[in-house]
Amino acid sequence: MAFIYFSLAPGFRQQQLAALDLRSTGGFTALLFASSFTYMRAEASYRQGAPGRLKGWLLATIGLGALFLLGQVREFRGLFARHVDIASNTFGTSFFTLTGFHGLHVLAGLVVLSILVGRAFAGDFNQPNLSVLSAVGIYWHFVDIVWAVVFSVVYVLPHFTHFGS
Amino acid sequence: MAAQPVLVPEPAEALPDLDLGGDQGLLQWISSVDHKQIGIMYLWVALLFMLIGGVEVLLMRVQLAVPKNTFMGPEIYNQLFTMHGTTMIFFVAMPAIFGFATYLVPLMIGANEMAFPRLNALSLWITFFGGLLLYFSFLAGGAPDAGWFNYAPLNQYNYSFRPGIDYYCAGLLLAGIGTVSAACNFVVTILRYRVPGMGLKQLPVFVWMMLIDSFLIIFSFPALNAALAMLLLDRQLHAHFFDVQAGGSALLWQHLFWLFGHPEVYIVILPSFGILSEVFAVFSRKPIFGYSFIVGSGIAIGLLAFGVWIHHMLAVGLGNVVNGFFSASSMLIGIPTGIKIFNWLATMHGGSLRFSTAMKFAVAFLVEFTIGGLSGIAFAIVPIDLQLTDTYFVVAHIHYVFIGGTLFGLLAGLFYWFPKMSGRQLSERLGSWFFWLFVIGFNGTFLVQHVLGTLGMPRRVYTYPDLPGWGTLNMISTIGGFLMGAATLLLVYMVIKAIRSGPAATSDPWDAFTLEWSTASPPPLQNFDRVVPVRSARPFRDLKRPGDADWLKPGKKEGYHEREQSVD
Repeated sequence: MAFIYFSLAPGFRQQQLAALDLRSTGGFTALLFASSFTYMRAEASYRQGAPGRLKGWLLATIGLGALFLLGQVREFRGLFARHVDIASNTFGTSFFTLTGFHGLHVLAGLVVLSILVGRAFAGDFNQPNLSVLSAVGIYWHFVDIVWAVVFSVVYVLPHFTHFGS
Repeated sequence: MAAQPVLVPEPAEALPDLDLGGDQGLLQWISSVDHKQIGIMYLWVALLFMLIGGVEVLLMRVQLAVPKNTFMGPEIYNQLFTMHGTTMIFFVAMPAIFGFATYLVPLMIGANEMAFPRLNALSLWITFFGGLLLYFSFLAGGAPDAGWFNYAPLNQYNYSFRPGIDYYCAGLLLAGIGTVSAACNFVVTILRYRVPGMGLKQLPVFVWMMLIDSFLIIFSFPALNAALAMLLLDRQLHAHFFDVQAGGSALLWQHLFWLFGHPEVYIVILPSFGILSEVFAVFSRKPIFGYSFIVGSGIAIGLLAFGVWIHHMLAVGLGNVVNGFFSASSMLIGIPTGIKIFNWLATMHGGSLRFSTAMKFAVAFLVEFTIGGLSGIAFAIVPIDLQLTDTYFVVAHIHYVFIGGTLFGLLAGLFYWFPKMSGRQLSERLGSWFFWLFVIGFNGTFLVQHVLGTLGMPRRVYTYPDLPGWGTLNMISTIGGFLMGAATLLLVYMVIKAIRSGPAATSDPWDAFTLEWSTASPPPLQNFDRVVPVRSARPFRDLKRPGDADWLKPGKKEGYHEREQSVD
């Protein structure tokens, strides 16, 4: 909300367009979305009673999520190198808060997914107990959907709108 | 017909570490995940912080008793009024509400536990430690001093360089997390753990209000938590959310804060509405008048609560259109509230009233809350608001709704449910003393503040010049405050005395209607083996008077106005 609020202020959009790289972040976004589908495959293999494939899909999900986080770290490092940080201006403040908190949620999701994988390798998912998997799934998809909104508002829309310029 | 016993809904897994056999004393309380023990601990937390907040305000009233007083300086005064407001809202009102709700919601819906017992314990302790963290600021170099609303730029480092505001953020964030998790717990419990036969139309009004309340919390507290996190970033990492010089916005804080803060005032009043609906019905020996109107107006309040936050900001100058819209919606929200008042009056009308202490507080609520509501409507009128904003009229208004509304409702609930919670009766004689002392003190304190505000005395000032009438009115206000303080001490004495040596209470001392009275007082660890069959909003009464049960009257909606036939 604060981001949209500030994005109406003069000068904001130029900073935003200059600082952000739509293309590379777009790639990492695709990876994050893909992780939602691998998670759905994981749930499906659980329902089919295939714990081997379940482990594989879960690991794939973790890998894709981790790649997304690495992409975010890379982007943050690039911005810091150009002296764009949380204290530089309102763009930095709102950008790093918004994406940082989202990254924190991805990280939390990765921790939970790792616990799931650990339990899967410990042989915990032989009994029909889908509630843990579906609960984590809801969380993971939610993190994805939030990123879809963030990505559109922060990265994509400034290329197509003219308010505040 | 034979009553069909109903099985009790219960969490699927057995609760951890609940050993019925051994009494482990204090450790058992600390490690408890039993909703009844957690509810009682919430209430103790509320009482503890109420005493602290009360001492703070009495110190302030001493300072304000006479003009140009030098009892304390402005710095201490700022810290005291900030801590008083913050404490009373976040660490008295909220824990008290959650105390009653945690204790009563499972009992009222015939369940044995909350949906997530361990989350329930986490909510309590995280709230409590949030309060402790807030108070640690006194030792860490200065309490927060920017008011409980903590406006930017006063909350910025340049204006408040001591760590108080950081403790404000951290403490309220902790408590806020506890609050949201408790609210989620209530929603799941109410929607999933009702006893079979209890549809949403058979829910006790208190449970309905807690359901609406929980949704309000889930939607409004994140705004506060986000604002607090942003403020922490501002103060610790030099971000610029609220820093006007660097392009930030001080108004943003007000928007976020009141987007939380206005629903918050309904969050603290709705449970009282629920409590009062139970109290009025039971002590009038009648079903609540217009059950569906009571519930519907509660939902309406819940929805409208998010459309009125700007009436805290009418004096900011957001333009006539904005002001007009929010002025209109603020008046609109008076309608469902008024509907409730009339419903309670109609519930009492023609009933056989019993004026126990609980009922006295309920009736006093009607008077005081109506005064508070009317002065609130005054603020929805923009020209009046421009005149009265930041004066003692506002102080009088918020105390009439918070004390005359929320606190009176909670006290009515305390006197009503104390026998259930403790198995002991509170003394009605001392209760009467407490009631009159408190009500007289309350009106003495705040009624005159309406006049002070109209005379132009600004709020949040640590002293004032010797203008005609100001000294006298402030002295009256201070004396009233000390009467309330004495009443509070009397309450503590009463409660402790009743727990130690009060007369034992029966399981149903008030001849009540709802399920919590069908179990023992206090209820056993497992609330129910079997629950009485639920076929109306008053299942326990149906059981006691099977010939006159609510569900035997076809064509009449639950809780529709009817004269009680059998008077015992």
